[in-house]
Amino acid sequence: MSNHGESDSAHPVVQAKTFVWVWIFLIVLTGIEVYMGYIDLEVKVMLTVLVGLSIVKAWLIIAWFMHLKYEKRSVTLFLVPATVFCIGMMLLVFFWDSLRLAQLRPH
Amino acid sequence: MHEVKSQAVSTPWSGGGSPFAMGSKKLGMWLFIVSDTLTFSALLVAYTYARINSPNWPRPFPFNPSILYSTVMTVVLLASSLTMVMAVMAAQRGNRGSTVKWILATMFFGATFVALHMREWFHLISEGLTPTSNHWGSPLFGAVFFGVTGLHMTHVVIGVVYLGIVSIGFGRGKFSPEDVEVSGLYWHFVDLVWMFVFPLVYIMSVTPK
Repeated sequence: MSNHGESDSAHPVVQAKTFVWVWIFLIVLTGIEVYMGYIDLEVKVMLTVLVGLSIVKAWLIIAWFMHLKYEKRSVTLFLVPATVFCIGMMLLVFFWDSLRLAQLRPH
Repeated sequence: MHEVKSQAVSTPWSGGGSPFAMGSKKLGMWLFIVSDTLTFSALLVAYTYARINSPNWPRPFPFNPSILYSTVMTVVLLASSLTMVMAVMAAQRGNRGSTVKWILATMFFGATFVALHMREWFHLISEGLTPTSNHWGSPLFGAVFFGVTGLHMTHVVIGVVYLGIVSIGFGRGKFSPEDVEVSGLYWHFVDLVWMFVFPLVYIMSVTPK
């Protein structure tokens, strides 16, 4: 078991170039999202692709910019599954219920 | 005596162990970020719920200029994240002057984002958008739009003030590199939230051709 009190000493040195590449990747993914808006596909396709791209972008920011990749694995295991579970519970209840209500609406 | 004390403190049951290998400030910020993630998630889920159940949900953002304008806002916010990364790196190298300059650059991009966002808000308000009404369709659109983007903008404003305090404190040698890193976590989180707000609220509401 590690006994580091402060985090700074435990950080490996990450090159600035790495962060710039991550940033360029984020800009490219944003460009793809904007292009999706330009060609304006069906709502379900748009929602799936946009949320998918957003999750990739969120992961890039969390892993590199927020350094989670370089923290102990226990931090990720402590924070990420619980958050994903809570968001999943919200979607499990409300997303499907909203579809049910939409079907009940008189056409 | 000292050795005995350090042994006692380092046993797992005495609180000496650090299973996450990070300081309490950083862990505290991570826990705050988790709770704030759920706040924004709840808002976005509420938006989805309202939108799916409203037959006349408005799509008031023409690709040019609205989506392109919000793309510029997104790039500005992403740029602020890169400058914040540089600030944290400079702080960990112990370069105080460079750290303050990068934080000031981050604050500049943050303030620019708020200015652009306010301009957009005023434009939409002049077109008749309020939290309870609009000319385009479901009145819930205004509540969702102002609710989600307003809470996000509040976070950005608080972030700019927070970074200002950190830059002064670090510049004077009162704050540690860890304090800069913790403020960086907050700032990146604000950027991260926008990565969901931008596609869901703006791109999904592009005016059909």
